[in-house]
Amino acid sequence: MHVDVIIIGAGVVGAALAYGMALKGKHVIVLDGADRDPRAARANFGLVWVQGKGSDAPAYSALTRQSSDLWPGFRHELSKIAADRIDYERPGGLVYCLSETEYAHRAAINERTHNQGAQADTEMIERGALEHMLPAVGLGPDVVGASYCKLDGHVNPLQLLAALHRAVLVLGGRIEFRSPVKAISPVSGGFRVIGPHGELQAPRVVVAAGLATPALTEPLGLAMPMKSERGQILVTERIAPILPFPGSGLRQSADGTVMIGATNEKIADTSVTAASATKLAQRATRIIPALGSARLVRQWAGLRVLPLDKTPIYAESTDYPGLFAAACHSGVTLAAVHAAVIAPAMGGSHLPEDLAAFSNGRFNVQKCA
Amino acid sequence: MFKSVHEKPGKASDMTVLVNGVEIGAWNGETVASVLLRAPGAGRGSTVSRTPRLPYCQMGVCFECLVIVDGNASMQGCLVPVAPGMRIESQHGPREISK
Repeated sequence: MHVDVIIIGAGVVGAALAYGMALKGKHVIVLDGADRDPRAARANFGLVWVQGKGSDAPAYSALTRQSSDLWPGFRHELSKIAADRIDYERPGGLVYCLSETEYAHRAAINERTHNQGAQADTEMIERGALEHMLPAVGLGPDVVGASYCKLDGHVNPLQLLAALHRAVLVLGGRIEFRSPVKAISPVSGGFRVIGPHGELQAPRVVVAAGLATPALTEPLGLAMPMKSERGQILVTERIAPILPFPGSGLRQSADGTVMIGATNEKIADTSVTAASATKLAQRATRIIPALGSARLVRQWAGLRVLPLDKTPIYAESTDYPGLFAAACHSGVTLAAVHAAVIAPAMGGSHLPEDLAAFSNGRFNVQKCA
Repeated sequence: MFKSVHEKPGKASDMTVLVNGVEIGAWNGETVASVLLRAPGAGRGSTVSRTPRLPYCQMGVCFECLVIVDGNASMQGCLVPVAPGMRIESQHGPREISK
């Protein structure tokens, strides 16, 4: 079989890129890692989130807004092709503030984002107005207010991932699970990709292997500077709807479970701790005391994929044309723009000039100065 | 419908519990879920799909046996031992938490 593109990584980034390429008629093969590899795509919180993103990086802020606007159409088409349900809503989202200091801090972030040219679609909501938005719950005494962005939404990230996988197959692509790639070697007319699947060859290779990306691209001179960060999440039993808006760190899924997250820890394993469970539960019950009577059914941890400046990296090798890499923290939020914009570029042409702000070259500034 | 292995003609059960208001015999050491499996019409509607459900895994992981026990909703019936006079009610829809 002729293969146009080999995508390394079947997480939400690799799968969205593969889906976008397959939509354009490319023959894609996606190679996924081992079962025990860290999988941000299966551990994340499920926000499709705009507020606060790229408050110090205008291009990232704009890309996030673009993806957020593409999301309803992206979800509709994906759900149709995969013949699968994807719970998604975009009622706007809240960041709760539990002190005057937190409130002032959020207001400053919004101000900064607006000053760099973004539309003023995030506003500060005082406690009284917030109470009207959340009639089914009583707010804890510490809640001063919240920041509200009308563009924010949330999705069931596992349904998203499953739908992407299914759609890739429906569109004629192939996915090989448990196929961690050992190495990529340039050959005439493209690349050879070596792993348990044997050897595959294609004119283009896209590495979207999360934290495993640098080890695959750096031997070929393509730097992907990133770090990991552990996040722990709690989930409650299913309860009757109480939260009409997703929040940063607190959202109720379409099925009724309340997700409570997430910690930021400089730890590279996916174990969970009682200390974090306590911290998360305490903050959630300070926001909504009645959550104290909800039963927790599960706690888990995942590793965030964080480019060093937290802004996505879309890189193209200059030494080896046809070799690309993608890495970002917000693979769910950016899935729509990955499918619609990044995939066609990586699958058939070059990364457009307006994505230069996301190139890996930005990390070399100190050397040039 | 299931039948308890302890059920013998002429032998009384260890206790009686109420399932949706109807008395049913139960035995020491068994769980609410096991009683539900032999109580007619004691299923529940899934909180997600609204389709009918009965206890399944019997070991605390599938959450198919959610039930109201003595007024407490969303109890996992397979993890709750029966007690004399216990009031067991089918739960339709998700649990509500108070404001």
